[in-house]
Amino acid sequence: MPRIVSITLQNTDDARPIIAAITADNPGARINAMPGIVKIDRDDSLTVRRASVEDRLGRVWDPQEIHLSIVSMAGNLDEDDDYFNLSWS
Amino acid sequence: MNAPLKLGLKQRYSLLTSGLDWTPSYQPFEKIYPYAEFEGIKIHDWSKWEDPFRLTMDAYWKFQAEKERKLYAVLDSFAQNNGQMNLSDVRYVNALKLFLTGVSPLEYQAHRGFAHVGRHVPGVGPRIAAQMQSLDELRHVQTQVHTLSHYNKFFDGFSEFRHMHDRVWYLSVPKSFFDDARTAGPFEYFIAIGFAFEYVLTNLLFVPFMSGAAYNGDLATVTFGFSAQSDESRHMTLGIEVIKFLLEQDPGNLPIVQKWVDKWFWRGHRVLGLVAMMMDYMLPKKIMSWREAWEIYFTEAGGSLFEDLARYGLKVPKYADVATAEADHLSHQNWATFYQYCHAAGFHTWLPSAEEMDWLSEKYPTTFDKYYRPRFEMWAEMEKEGKRFYNNALPQLCSVCQIPMVYTEHGDHGATSFRVSDYKGEKYHTCSDGCKDIFDGEPEKYSQAWLPVHQIFQGNCGGAGLEDVLKWYKLNLGADNLQQAGSPDQKLWDEWMAAKDKVAG
Ligand SMILES: [Fe+2]
Ligand SMILES: [Fe+2]
Ligand SMILES: [Zn+2]
Repeated sequence: MPRIVSITLQNTDDARPIIAAITADNPGARINAMPGIVKIDRDDSLTVRRASVEDRLGRVWDPQEIHLSIVSMAGNLDEDDDYFNLSWS
Repeated sequence: MNAPLKLGLKQRYSLLTSGLDWTPSYQPFEKIYPYAEFEGIKIHDWSKWEDPFRLTMDAYWKFQAEKERKLYAVLDSFAQNNGQMNLSDVRYVNALKLFLTGVSPLEYQAHRGFAHVGRHVPGVGPRIAAQMQSLDELRHVQTQVHTLSHYNKFFDGFSEFRHMHDRVWYLSVPKSFFDDARTAGPFEYFIAIGFAFEYVLTNLLFVPFMSGAAYNGDLATVTFGFSAQSDESRHMTLGIEVIKFLLEQDPGNLPIVQKWVDKWFWRGHRVLGLVAMMMDYMLPKKIMSWREAWEIYFTEAGGSLFEDLARYGLKVPKYADVATAEADHLSHQNWATFYQYCHAAGFHTWLPSAEEMDWLSEKYPTTFDKYYRPRFEMWAEMEKEGKRFYNNALPQLCSVCQIPMVYTEHGDHGATSFRVSDYKGEKYHTCSDGCKDIFDGEPEKYSQAWLPVHQIFQGNCGGAGLEDVLKWYKLNLGADNLQQAGSPDQKLWDEWMAAKDKVAG
């Protein structure tokens, strides 16, 4: 069985560019919309890239801003200045 | 001249924690950290602790302030625009009453618990994380009380939430869960709340239920729910880091941690039965069934997690299979219990409508029609004949989870499930193998439990009659309790809807 990592974000104006960046950068990601939120699942790992969010947002974006939109996650986290990664080892 | 280089996130975080600790010179270590060793956990090197959310204090305050600003802007406009009138149906408000009386006080308990752990764990990384979490939890209880105070202006059952939490029979279920965790040692508390509750189970409370709040028009609750939940990812990460750290530090920690994981998974599963009922019966517009939520958040997410932790020798919690099988029964058995006892509850109940029963049949194809529909249909008949059924017998309670003995035997749903333990010449009853194992593991602790029904019989709850006890609960008779139909809440709502229709012509 593949191990599933997951991130759930609010369905808001702040979060939509992040959702779009994840969708573009993580082939095979599965997007589940629920009222108010979007849950994104993927096998084994998932990355949010700063550059990719900035492209869509048109401004500087600090990956820690994800704290304002995140609802839940599953997986081991690795966070740095340029990315936010979830994976199972 | 070179401009000073900006430090990277990892460097900034290590500068926050490194050097914050020191070796004591004039007091022995055991006096400074008196709870660090009695649980048998061995830590050899605290510097191996890694906090994956590298949140420095300045960033923490900045983000938290931003979350508060957003939340309070929504609450203000919800109140200004009479948002309570846009709910899908007034029955929904009962879920909020259960939330405020049963869940919000747990946020406060979590605040106290993490403050304690943040003082008593002898490692600087987890101390900082626990202190941040302690502040988060205080924020959670405050924002929930603020949000729901708006409903208190119109509806019954909210005003005495704090008084009720410490006394009312069903509220002892969540209350005793946290009392149990907070009276344990600091490492058990970390595993109980940070790992078993927050990592493995709270998604089931906050994600689908809050999404349900959005679906039912409750802008205020969905906003505090997701604002709290944005801190929760950090808490979950702390929970998973704690367990990995303990297992990496010493092989002798594994059996201790496994026992805690088994215990707190089962305790948490029992508490969440209240949420199961909220989702399947109390949301007028339903978002997913409890069974579906369990599949996503326990079977799938928990499956990946425990596969990952298997490298340390940690196993899936004992009785996870029983909990999964019970997901087909839990919400129905709980709602049936509250239906029979809502004369003694601080919220209203009702029978599911014909359409709702069809939804339940579809979501629970193997159990609803066979075991539960006939019971609800019989009660509907009795209501029609003017013989609405209230159960006037005080139920026996489980000595561990404190839930009335209403659950059925795993694999035999015609039989009541209960177990018996002997301790110092007395008999103690539990509801399941899970709860019996917990009792037998620490009989000295659980034999002292404050069980609401026992306390009533001992004369400690205001008197011998139902009315005496309800007064002692500060439950406003005829308003806070009984059926939804005929309640002051329903009357007010019907007036609002009639006025709306008039305007609409
Ligand atoms: Fe919380
Ligand atoms: Fe929390
Ligand atoms: Zn029990």
